[in-house]
Amino acid sequence: MLQRKPGLLDGPPFAAGAESPAAHQGRLGLLPARRDRLGLVATLEASGLQGRGGAGFPVGRKWRTVAERARGNAVVLANGAEGEPLSAKDRTLMAARPHLVLDGALLAADAVGADRIVLYVGEEHHTAVAALERALGERRREFGRRARLVRAPVGYVSGEETAAVHYVNEADARPTSTPPRPFQRGVDGRATLVQNVESLALTALIARFGDDWYRTAGRGSAAGSALVTVSGPVPYPGVREIELGTPVGEVAAAAGHLREPLEAVLLGGYFGAWAPIEEAWHAALDPAAMRAAGLAFGCGVVGFLPGEVCGVAATARILRYMAAASSGQCGPCVFGLAAVAEATTRLATGAALPDDLDRLNRWCGQLAGRGACRHPDGAGGLLQSALRVFGAEFAAHQWHRRCKHGHLLRKAA
Amino acid sequence: MSEVISVDRIRCDGHGLCAELLPELIDLDDWGYPLLRSGQVPHHLRDHAKRAVAACPVQALRLQTGVQAAGPSRRA
Ligand SMILES: Cc1cc2nc3c(=O)[nH]c(=O)nc-3n(C[C@H](O)[C@H](O)[C@H](O)COP(=O)(O)O)c2cc1C
Ligand code: SF4
Ligand code: SF4
Repeated sequence: MLQRKPGLLDGPPFAAGAESPAAHQGRLGLLPARRDRLGLVATLEASGLQGRGGAGFPVGRKWRTVAERARGNAVVLANGAEGEPLSAKDRTLMAARPHLVLDGALLAADAVGADRIVLYVGEEHHTAVAALERALGERRREFGRRARLVRAPVGYVSGEETAAVHYVNEADARPTSTPPRPFQRGVDGRATLVQNVESLALTALIARFGDDWYRTAGRGSAAGSALVTVSGPVPYPGVREIELGTPVGEVAAAAGHLREPLEAVLLGGYFGAWAPIEEAWHAALDPAAMRAAGLAFGCGVVGFLPGEVCGVAATARILRYMAAASSGQCGPCVFGLAAVAEATTRLATGAALPDDLDRLNRWCGQLAGRGACRHPDGAGGLLQSALRVFGAEFAAHQWHRRCKHGHLLRKAA
Repeated sequence: MSEVISVDRIRCDGHGLCAELLPELIDLDDWGYPLLRSGQVPHHLRDHAKRAVAACPVQALRLQTGVQAAGPSRRA
């Protein structure tokens, strides 16, 4: 795949483990001097870099908002929780290129005026935790006591920004009501810049090579490059780096896809949307274009669904996961997610109640904006896409208790 | 300046009183939790909205004047 050098994952092979500080600096050179780091906000704004934790908010604008706060020192929270089951790009990046992540966190701290850095890393990502702890030790002179690593508890919602702040403050990884949002009042009550670790690593490349370098790395109208995690029936699943704007079919080809029939692709992760394979094949992985098409680049998940797997059953499995992952605080999330997960599961197993499909159609529009965090929005969007992409199968499961493969579904006991 | 009504979803425990006092703007879902038809409160419903806010037994409703807070919009 065409990739302008240097990318996030250039350098020694992953199998060689974490890159040493000497190799890292030898390959990429020094960071800009401290006095030049304030200007980075404008460079990032010009680069068009968008956050890679899921929502794609412009990074430069977020730094500016925190930098222009009224008073006090700020805090930078590098988000490496990566609870998304289909994503592995953050842990891969932290494990293989810890110094690039640290570079980004340090630049962010200097640019927004933060005297503390929290590396918030999923406790299950053992290799990443070890690599970052070691990397911090290797750069003690630069970081001093500014930075510390906090292990994020396992869970899909632990990586949500208010949950992360809550955990760092009070060891409770449940989201909190907003306002205040973390950029207003976060860790220890201070303005807090919550930024995904891939976003931070990219700022460390943009600081060295310029906003122009980043912008021109994309294809067509898309700017920049990104990490994606490819999963499904392809010979070489896993994390790779693409130019934004690369079509889904090319990502499949790079993962060794030959001729296994594919049915659909889940783009953006459990928080994202299904797309039929024929529609997605030529579609560009370009956040702006995807948003316009009702899709989401999200955290870069490209999950292929094999032809022989039922989309209703695959959706039911994801919804059950999302329902179980709820932090249990908001009624519409607790009851709504459980209800859509149960109804979809009944359909998938041939045990549908007469009005299950009608209720799913009604409920899926009632989830967005109904929780303290956007967890229900993610489940609602996923369900909405499933009802569109697998519409015929949902109907067949409702009315004939059959899936498209002709299997008569047995009523679950 | 127009007013906006919002629900603190963590506080709200689905008493449903608000929908009785402000049916023009609030429906209930299948579990008794409020569905805001629109957050915007038209002028003629201001008093009803205030009553609903005061009646909520867990102080989950908020009535705010005007524009959204500046800064990054709600993100996922
Ligand atoms: C349920 C939920 C889970 C999330 N989990 C993560 C996560 O594991 N890692 C992450 O970077 N962002 C996660 N986010 C997004 C964060 O709230 C936040 O937007 C992000 O860390 C900001 O960084 P970015 O702008 O660089 O993407 C999650 C959001 C939601 C609603
Ligand atoms: S919306 Fe769901 S996950 Fe988010 S805070 Fe409320 S209960 Fe927890
Ligand atoms: S009255 Fe208060 S607790 Fe009851 S449903 Fe309305 S907002 Fe929720």
